[in-house]
Amino acid sequence: MNSFFEFQFYLFALLAIVSALLFVTRKNAVPAALWLVNVMFALAGLYVMLDAPFVGAIQVLVYAGAIMVVFVFVVMLLNLGRNEISDLRSLGARLGAGLMGIALLANLLVAQRNKLPRVASAPALDNVVEPVAASLFTDYLVAFELTSIVLLVAVVGAVLLAKKRVQP
Amino acid sequence: MIAEALVVSAILFVIGVVGVLTRRNAIILFMCAELMLNAVNLSFVAFAKMHNVTGHVFVIMVMTIAAAEAAVGLAIIISIFRHFGTVDLSKLRTLRG
Repeated sequence: MNSFFEFQFYLFALLAIVSALLFVTRKNAVPAALWLVNVMFALAGLYVMLDAPFVGAIQVLVYAGAIMVVFVFVVMLLNLGRNEISDLRSLGARLGAGLMGIALLANLLVAQRNKLPRVASAPALDNVVEPVAASLFTDYLVAFELTSIVLLVAVVGAVLLAKKRVQP
Repeated sequence: MIAEALVVSAILFVIGVVGVLTRRNAIILFMCAELMLNAVNLSFVAFAKMHNVTGHVFVIMVMTIAAAEAAVGLAIIISIFRHFGTVDLSKLRTLRG
C-alpha cells in the first residue's frame, strides 16, 4: 500500500512538472490555460497523497473549476485565442530570466536541504476535515472573517472595473 | 515524501518565475502567478504533513485570496483591453487614462 502511494506520488509529481513546462512554453493562451488546469489536477492528486484529501477536493473545485474557467472565459472574451505571434521578450531578457531561475532553484534546494529540521511525518488521521475546521473556526476565526470581507470587496471591485463606462 | 514534495514545489515556483520574466501577455503572466501560488500551497501541505493541520488552513486562505485576486486582476485586464486594444505589456507604456 505504501509503495503504491509513493508510485502515485511520483507519477503526479512528474505530471505536474511536465504540464507546467508545457504550460509556460505555449504561445497561445487557450492551450496554456488548459495545461495549467492539468497542473492543478496533478497538484490535487499530490495533496491526496500527502494526506490532505479535503484540500485536494477544494483544489479541484476552486482552482480547476472556478478560477481557470474565469481565465478561459476572459481569453475567449478578449479574442486572444487566435494570435500566433510570439510574446516572448528579447533574447537577453530570456537568458537573464533563465539564469535567475537556475539561481533561485539552487537557492531553494540548498535551503531545503540544510535549513529544515528533519521531523518524522505525523501519522495520517482518519478524519481529516474536522481538525482543519476546528482550527479554522477557533484559532483563525478573525482571518476567516476577514477573507469574507476581501471577497466582497473583490466582487464589487471586479464589477466596477469591468463594466462599460457610461458617457455622461 | 515530504522532501520530494518540497523539491516539486520549488521546481513549479521557478517555472512560474521564469514564465513571468519571459512572457509579455498579461493573461499568461497572471496564470504564472497562479502557478506560483499553487507551488507555495504544495509546500504548505507538505509542512502540514510534517507538523499539524494548520498548513491546510493556510492553503484555504491562500486559495480564497487567489480567487479574489484573479477576479480583480482579470477585470483590470478587461478594462486595459477596452482602453488600449491589447494586453501586450510592452505596448502599455503610459499610465495616463
